[in-house]
Amino acid sequence: MAKNTKKTDAPVAQAPRGGLFTYAPAPESPAAAGDIATSYGHFIGGEFVDSSGSEALKTVNPATEQVLAEFAQGTGEDVDRAVAAARRAFADWSALPGSERAKYLFRIARIVQERSRELAVLESIDNGKPIRETRDFDVPMVAAWFFYYAGWADKLDYAGYGPNPKPVGVAAQVIPWNFPLMMLAWKIAPALATGNTVVLKPAETTPLTALRFAEICRQAGLPKGVVNIVTGDGRTGAALTAHPDVDKVAFTGSTPVGRSIARQLAGTRTKLSLELGGKAANIVFDDAPIDQAVEGIVNGIFFNQGHVCCAGSRLLVQESVQDEFLEALKRRMSTLRVGDPLDKNTDIGAINSSAQLSRITELTDAGEAEGAERWSPSCDLPGTGYWFRPTLFTGVSQAHRIAREEIFGPVLSVLTFRTPAEAVEKANNTPYGLSAGIWTEKGSRILWTASRLKAGVVWANTFNKFDPASPFGGYKESGYGREGGRHGLEPYLNVEARDV
Amino acid sequence: MSTLAAHAPGAAGSGLADVAASEASLRRFLHGLPGVDQVGLEARAATLGTRSIKTTAKAYAIDLAISMIDLTTLEGADTVGKVRSLCIKGRNPDPSDPTTPRVAAICVYPDMVATAKEALRGTDIQVASVATAFPAGRAALPVKLADTADAVAAGADEIDMVIDRGAFLSGRYLDVFNEITAVKEACRRPDGTSAHLKVIFETGELQTYDNVRRASWLAMLAGADFIKTSTGKVAVNATPPVTLLMLEAVRDFRAATGVQVGVKPAGGIKTTKDAMKYLVMVNETLGDDWLSPHWFRFGASSLLNDLLMQRQKLTTGRYSGPDYVTVD
Repeated sequence: MAKNTKKTDAPVAQAPRGGLFTYAPAPESPAAAGDIATSYGHFIGGEFVDSSGSEALKTVNPATEQVLAEFAQGTGEDVDRAVAAARRAFADWSALPGSERAKYLFRIARIVQERSRELAVLESIDNGKPIRETRDFDVPMVAAWFFYYAGWADKLDYAGYGPNPKPVGVAAQVIPWNFPLMMLAWKIAPALATGNTVVLKPAETTPLTALRFAEICRQAGLPKGVVNIVTGDGRTGAALTAHPDVDKVAFTGSTPVGRSIARQLAGTRTKLSLELGGKAANIVFDDAPIDQAVEGIVNGIFFNQGHVCCAGSRLLVQESVQDEFLEALKRRMSTLRVGDPLDKNTDIGAINSSAQLSRITELTDAGEAEGAERWSPSCDLPGTGYWFRPTLFTGVSQAHRIAREEIFGPVLSVLTFRTPAEAVEKANNTPYGLSAGIWTEKGSRILWTASRLKAGVVWANTFNKFDPASPFGGYKESGYGREGGRHGLEPYLNVEARDV
Repeated sequence: MSTLAAHAPGAAGSGLADVAASEASLRRFLHGLPGVDQVGLEARAATLGTRSIKTTAKAYAIDLAISMIDLTTLEGADTVGKVRSLCIKGRNPDPSDPTTPRVAAICVYPDMVATAKEALRGTDIQVASVATAFPAGRAALPVKLADTADAVAAGADEIDMVIDRGAFLSGRYLDVFNEITAVKEACRRPDGTSAHLKVIFETGELQTYDNVRRASWLAMLAGADFIKTSTGKVAVNATPPVTLLMLEAVRDFRAATGVQVGVKPAGGIKTTKDAMKYLVMVNETLGDDWLSPHWFRFGASSLLNDLLMQRQKLTTGRYSGPDYVTVD
């Protein structure tokens, strides 16, 4: 562990950010997002309806701070109506043969593909993430998730839960702002495939793609009430997760909120799955494929501005290669393109909200105050909007806040280790346990390390790779339950009650 | 010859000069290079391939790409007339627009060097000649050296040699190393200057990315001025991941030795869109220092016409079509 590393200030092999070949702006057209209404109500029972209350929230484009639309702050009464609509729809929907439910899911998946450009642009505008990611990752993943679970709908007998497993009923689903449409797909696709109906609440900074998804449900002819969307902030979410007629709660978000939901539901018959925070370690051994490991570290922490629960926010690098590795990492960071999320060449977009920007700023200031050494490449940031430079901290110790708390931003804390045992010990020394990464050319070391890491997902020589067939979820305070794959069916099946 | 001790002329004074002192030390060095993860390398190349190059950036890149072309004809059916007309095209690629840059070099077989040299008189376009029993490299060393010396004597400015893939794949690295240094020696002219040496790996035959990295370092240590992917004569020629890997190798080699080496992908690069992807890789891996025909080349023949059509589209706003560029 490098304690208070001397500031050598050796010049980092600087930026291939030359002047010769500068990329002209290549903006995607904001108009491709389709019509954004000035104000939105909820989507309940297959109709767009006004809220029973009068309070409205605003969603802004984090890259410009301009208001995109107003939307309803869902009241307890709104939640009642939505849960009632889902309950009414449940009997018919769950009675449909799986092959019939599959048709709707396949149809939704195809419509998502057909409208992929519109959804990608809308997501980028509302969230601040780069169009390259919404276009190449988020939206394709949404379609993939619906295709995958459409395939399960008529094969549930073979999922390992006995013949004819039953749905749970009405699912309340609360999702975060980091992958708004993708999180929606992760929640809705398995729930519908297994015959449940849902009430989903998108995050209060990113409601627009969920509301657009409501249009897709109508376009697909989905029976009324199978999917209901109620917007609002944490108050709406609390009303939804505490609703007595809800059979299942699925929450993705912060650990404190997850904990309060768990407390709320303790002792009730409501099923609960939680996907919470993380502080993943990306472990680089001295025999790692260096160039690809650098890419993986960059992708692990700077993908989606670091707004990723499974982000590789702690780099554990073996001492014998740390100088070489950090120099390569800094050189690579210098080529990251920060700016307009709609520009097709942008690598890092806007921070989702001013509140999140403050949180990142507070934690990075604490990192400096506690003695870690801060480094960012020089890059111009736009004048308006919420931005944060990709940032690296060296000389970080396990005791520093930036090594323990989830920053949820483009900030990487670098620690070092000498032996594989020390790497595992440090990687596991966190209350979280969502993901981890291992970088080595040695297969046996991958297996040795992976079997000792307490993390729900362990990536080897890659990071942030997702597939609908692969289960995802956490250990410890990163939550419980799995999403994706066959395992992702279980939270939506009443596995206790079986037909005999 | 594998028992001969050798010094690494490409790395004089860098601490790497003795890695070729024996077969064992060379092997140890090459196998000690960091491994290459195939999935990660290909993913990075694919991501860089999504860069969107528009308007002014596209105009810059098209002109840069034209100026980096080694305009090539390597056919058994080549004639003096064909080589001459290729040279005329290289000097003035688009007769309808004199602002079009000229190409970097004309690349021919050794027997056409004199013809090309004559046709390019008065320009600074280089004449590159393939040599060393191109493309298979299956000849005895004296034959390869004679082939090289012949091309140099005929006036070749650059020599594109092929490595002995059989020796490389069977692990006889020092043989490959010594062959490169011998060819480098054969590039020397009576006046003491030397033809530039490009070393072709035929990456499609090397099979693994680890081999490509080792071949890159091997050639650079032996004194290659350029490292080049392919002959264009096998099924798999230049690919973005292979080229990206070679760009990383020249970057790391300069960091280790201070010596800058050029890179030439060749074969299969046919469209402006392809060329843009390669230039983006150069830009984001190496930056300004390599963004010139001195340090990066395209080995290509049909690429030029596509670049010219795209250039005409940018200047006139209209698509022209293959009838508005010359067939040479």
